[in-house]
Amino acid sequence: MAGYSDPGFDTLALHAGAAPDPVTGARAVPIHLTTSFVFESTDQAAALFNLERPGHVYSRISNPTNAVLEQRISALEGGIGAITTASGQAALHLTIATLMGAGSHIVASTALYGGSHNLLHYTLSRFGISTTFVKPGDLDAWKAAVQPNTKLFFGETVGNPGLDVLDIPAISAIAHEAGVPLLVDSTLTSPWLIKPFDHGADLVYHSATKFLSGHGTVVGGVVVDGGSFDWDKSGKFAELSQAYEGFHNMVFSEESTVGAFLLRARREGLRDFGACMSPHTAWLILQGIETLPLRMARHMDNTAKVVEFLAAHPLVSRVGHPLLDSHPSHALAQKLLPRGAGSVFSFDIKGSRAQGQKFIETLKVFSHLANVGDCRSLVIHPASTTHFRMSDDALAASGIGLGTIRLSIGLEDPADLIDDLKKALKAAEKAA
Amino acid sequence: MNITVQGHKIYAYTGGKPFNPAQPTAVFIHGVLNDHSVWILQTRYLAHHGWNVLAVDLPGHCKSEGPPPQSVKEAADTVIALLDAMQIEKAALIGHSFGSLIALEATARDAAAHPGRVSRLVMVGTAYPMRVSPALLDLSVSAPFKAIDMVNSFSHSTLAPPPSALGPGTWLYGGSKALMRRVLASNTQVNVFHTGFKACDSYSGGEAAMTQVTCPTLFVLGSADQMTPPKAAQSLIDGCAHPHVVKLPAGHSLMTEAPEGVLQALKDFLKP
Repeated sequence: MAGYSDPGFDTLALHAGAAPDPVTGARAVPIHLTTSFVFESTDQAAALFNLERPGHVYSRISNPTNAVLEQRISALEGGIGAITTASGQAALHLTIATLMGAGSHIVASTALYGGSHNLLHYTLSRFGISTTFVKPGDLDAWKAAVQPNTKLFFGETVGNPGLDVLDIPAISAIAHEAGVPLLVDSTLTSPWLIKPFDHGADLVYHSATKFLSGHGTVVGGVVVDGGSFDWDKSGKFAELSQAYEGFHNMVFSEESTVGAFLLRARREGLRDFGACMSPHTAWLILQGIETLPLRMARHMDNTAKVVEFLAAHPLVSRVGHPLLDSHPSHALAQKLLPRGAGSVFSFDIKGSRAQGQKFIETLKVFSHLANVGDCRSLVIHPASTTHFRMSDDALAASGIGLGTIRLSIGLEDPADLIDDLKKALKAAEKAA
Repeated sequence: MNITVQGHKIYAYTGGKPFNPAQPTAVFIHGVLNDHSVWILQTRYLAHHGWNVLAVDLPGHCKSEGPPPQSVKEAADTVIALLDAMQIEKAALIGHSFGSLIALEATARDAAAHPGRVSRLVMVGTAYPMRVSPALLDLSVSAPFKAIDMVNSFSHSTLAPPPSALGPGTWLYGGSKALMRRVLASNTQVNVFHTGFKACDSYSGGEAAMTQVTCPTLFVLGSADQMTPPKAAQSLIDGCAHPHVVKLPAGHSLMTEAPEGVLQALKDFLKP
């Protein structure tokens, strides 16, 4: 039944949420750089504020350009709607702050981006929200970590940078048995590699800075609701199923049977915390998404070639990519991520810390910086940068050694990437 | 609010305002595998502009208890019993798809016992007869998720709707699909997808019912509706004593694809 009524991924990446502008005929999505939107009447103004009518009021809450991006990523993920935010971290914070307050508890994977670990372990604990970290593959540990005040399960589709694949079907089943939703960070995979909602996740967020944008130009985030979690039935979310004095005594789950989370997150979270996305940023991310299918295919092709090269190199002691039989998530990746487990992965060089430094400093095509998912290839030393606040034990639990190097494979000619790595490895060898 | 109707708890969304007996009442009736929330952007507005709103979950759907209606007539009896239970003296009945047939039948049946109690009838995305293909009827039992996907595809007309229910950033295809799955899951005893479709398919009293309708009747039709195309409503329009017809550029999910158009049509029609 393919066609306009049931469009495929590549069509949605170009068309979802956007039609030619009805006023100007502009085919590309216009950038609506305006803070505010004129009301037709006092009655319409009141109705917009009270959620009686749809429309835009103020760009912190919603904006036409952002709305296109929100619809498009929802369409690609198979969700019901989305909210764009100032960054991926803002999306994570918005999600947590919408679902819980002081006294609540989260069960999270140990294999998280350092910033997310920091938010959960240090920052949120100051606000009375505690987290138990469990190894992503230890299903018994997920189950055992549940407390009466647990409100959320959280993990990454593939852990950064060890690429532990999250067993979303199994972990979501444990979460649902406990009456809580599963939130998944899908930044490193994008919906082209996996749609977490199809496997049981309830909420998905992205650092759109990475593959969705794809060009290393803007910082942004987005949280998508799958509309599958029954907040009323759970009985744990008075935030969504009881009248909220902070917004017209609205009972969000009455207003919308499937969209209660989005209603509160936008009407409270964006209003009060204010971590919104600029319309210009939304437009740049939309440009990126238009070529997401093409870029992801090339990312995967290049990654396969680089992984093959590194796995065969004598100076490399370990390559941490699920493409390889040796990776603990190899089988799970084949099941959940048949198109590939991403282009961000780590490997270890035999030798000293100085040799590792020599390797990084010799690279010419790879850029040494703190980002992933760029169209350009990138390299970094996680233990001294992205994950430096973590203890050695926590690092080890995340699959990061002191000599681990993380690569983000871009879209260059694969032969050039391999040549660059070959020369840098040779320089490292000589530095022994 | 919850109302006891025919011995069962029936849920009705009131648009964020308490029921006020001094105000006129509009009863909203959803279609197959939907619930009250499909009317959010019409009901909340009317509730804050002088109307009592009762957007029901049909029996056996989501927040409402009791056996789901096996026929349009059975559902119409529930709507009449709801008017009785709330002691409503004047009401507008507004239905979508399956719900439009229920509203029609309830208006006709109520006319004898309570002449004039139903003062306005609104049929949104309607057709008569409302046939459902045998293949889809079978699929609603054997592979309901596949049937939901089919219905969802045929119920929408655009990949880029204007700001819609729930407002900016909503992806209607996803929202409708999630709602249909949720409603299906809400009744573990009866497949409300199949019973709803069967009730639509087997309803044979539409033209007779329309002859009993004396109040003004509004037809809100989607010009791109593939489920109930406008021409499929013509026999009802032809048999209607006081028809008003509004066509909107939308598919079958009119209330969410064209929320402002539907609201405007209701506002104009329901004016005292």
